[in-house]
Amino acid sequence: MRTIFFILQKEFLQIFRNRIMLPIIFVVPVVQLLVLAFAANYEIKHLSIDIVDQDQSTWSRQLRDKLLASGYFSLHRQTHSTKEAYADLEGGRADLILNIPRHFERDLVRENKAQLQMLVNAINGSKAGLANGYALSIINSFNRSIRLNWLALKENDGPEHFDVSYRYWFNPDMNYKYFMVPGILVVLVTLIGAFLSGMNIVKEKEMGTIEQLNVTPIRKHHFIIGKLMPFWIIALFELAFGMIVGKLVFGLPFVGNIAWIYLFAAIYLLVMLGLGLLISTFTDTQQQSMFISWFFMIIFILMSGLFTPIESMPEWAQRITLFNPVAYFVKMIRMVMLKGSGWADIRYYFGVMLLFAAVLNSVAIWNYRKRV
Amino acid sequence: MQPIVVQNIHKRFGDVKALRNISFTVEEGELFGLIGPDGAGKSTLFRILTTLLLADEGTATVNGLHVVKDYRSIRRQVGYMPGRFSLYQDLSVEENLHFFATIFHTSVEENYELIRDIYEQIAPFKKRPAGKLSGGMKQKLALCCALVHKPAVLFLDEPTTGVDPVSRKEFWEMLQRLKQKGIPILVSTPYMDEAVLCDRVALIQKGEIMQINTPAAIIADFKKPIWAVRARNMFHLLRDLRAYEGTDSCYAFGEYLHLTLHTGIEDAKAWLTARHHEDLVIQSTTAGIEDAFIRLMQEQNETV
Repeated sequence: MRTIFFILQKEFLQIFRNRIMLPIIFVVPVVQLLVLAFAANYEIKHLSIDIVDQDQSTWSRQLRDKLLASGYFSLHRQTHSTKEAYADLEGGRADLILNIPRHFERDLVRENKAQLQMLVNAINGSKAGLANGYALSIINSFNRSIRLNWLALKENDGPEHFDVSYRYWFNPDMNYKYFMVPGILVVLVTLIGAFLSGMNIVKEKEMGTIEQLNVTPIRKHHFIIGKLMPFWIIALFELAFGMIVGKLVFGLPFVGNIAWIYLFAAIYLLVMLGLGLLISTFTDTQQQSMFISWFFMIIFILMSGLFTPIESMPEWAQRITLFNPVAYFVKMIRMVMLKGSGWADIRYYFGVMLLFAAVLNSVAIWNYRKRV
Repeated sequence: MQPIVVQNIHKRFGDVKALRNISFTVEEGELFGLIGPDGAGKSTLFRILTTLLLADEGTATVNGLHVVKDYRSIRRQVGYMPGRFSLYQDLSVEENLHFFATIFHTSVEENYELIRDIYEQIAPFKKRPAGKLSGGMKQKLALCCALVHKPAVLFLDEPTTGVDPVSRKEFWEMLQRLKQKGIPILVSTPYMDEAVLCDRVALIQKGEIMQINTPAAIIADFKKPIWAVRARNMFHLLRDLRAYEGTDSCYAFGEYLHLTLHTGIEDAKAWLTARHHEDLVIQSTTAGIEDAFIRLMQEQNETV
């Protein structure tokens, strides 16, 4: 125990002497939270639209006004020429084109039906989907209201239809930041846990100091615990710091019990430190360790459900995320923070994480023994 | 009990035979030198003796403890200074020393007597990060750290490599004082002139020990007369002497060439005179340890 204490003492001395360490601990979380939470926003507003109104009737103008009044679209160009609109779409200046054909109003009155054409730039799939969805729902509601007008019926006497009313639970204002910030906290903890810990062990190899350390009474477990524990402590501190920033800047709700998040983070970090240790056994320089960590982190973070929902990934990718510790933590922290989930809801995640921690650390230690 | 006993150690890395049948012993209180060029296998041998590497064959004991079975006890009892500077460059002099004292469960004060001579020389820089010390200072600090737990045996792997001549001299004086305190020391060096400062030396080349003896005995073994030769154009002189069929060996030695012959010196003189060397000086000289080593190395090269 005393030996571990002495190593810890030395580690903290080195960590805080490192000129880049304090900024990493205090500046990185603030910047990440502020930049990512504001920037990574999926609500899409101000889609630029070209309206080709060849009808120039009352109704076509009403439809146009209704679309623009929704706030989702901003008019880029109103024109008679389909060609012009196509050019805008091709040049990326317009996200969608609404083509109102000639005799739109006349056909609607006379033949009881009319057609509209909508062209959506689908390079960005999710944006296109949303644009399409917004436009369709506005056109549908316009459709209904003109039918009522036309038939001169009161709302209640109109043809049968049903209304769906809805409420957003757990995030009633649809505040995207509430959704992002907990996920970013996970990324922060992950970066410290996996990157820095692995590099810290490899550093001793790279600098040759391990050669000297090995000819001392320090045992391997002293060394491993002494090298990894500082980052366990720093990452947990980081989580607290990030949560305070989240609370102060974003008014993040803490519906559930923070203790669950902490307990989970403590186990989660064991997984990440184990990964760092495993990487350190394969590598000889900090650069190598950094690159391999980076490889894993990119996959883990992009497939964690932080930015894109896991549910919309293909089946095989979803299966891969079952082995992604980051995905579990992202899901769990959102459940507890926003929904207030308790033990019964999250114990599955605890179980999985404990299993990960056990397996990864066993492999890492086994490999460490073999190689060093 | 002999502090270090090495018996028939073999080690290979892939196809390279790093060590071949190495055997020697270090007596109590002895300063034992392992002399050999780079790549001779010195560091490999050190790493085997300090339990960092396993030998393929053979056994070794350090302070009566087996290097494989009792590795943990050995690690507590020996002081090791690796060939490459292996202290924390970002920690200060005193922090390094303190750290290595504490992990041996001792303190700097407890064994201050042993390191005082050395530590006093670096004490003015005790707040300076180890990475910012000069080469000589680094080695003194490393020696302090290797001594701070009062080791039973001291292993110094090339402690004077890359150190200026004055610091080298000081370093060897420190080793002499440590020896007087009764600590057996195994030291390796590629500098042949340092051999005379050891009690006994083993000359190692290409993973094999060629000779183990006291420096005086090694010099005495050198029976051939040796000539120091000089001329204005040393390059031509060396080329001509090597071309001369009576030459046994000829190599640069300071401002002279050292020459051994299997013919008489008069014939050689005639050969050189015929080649119009200006300012030619030929004088008899006594063999030094380096002459002996060069000869031994040559002999090994010829047999291999």
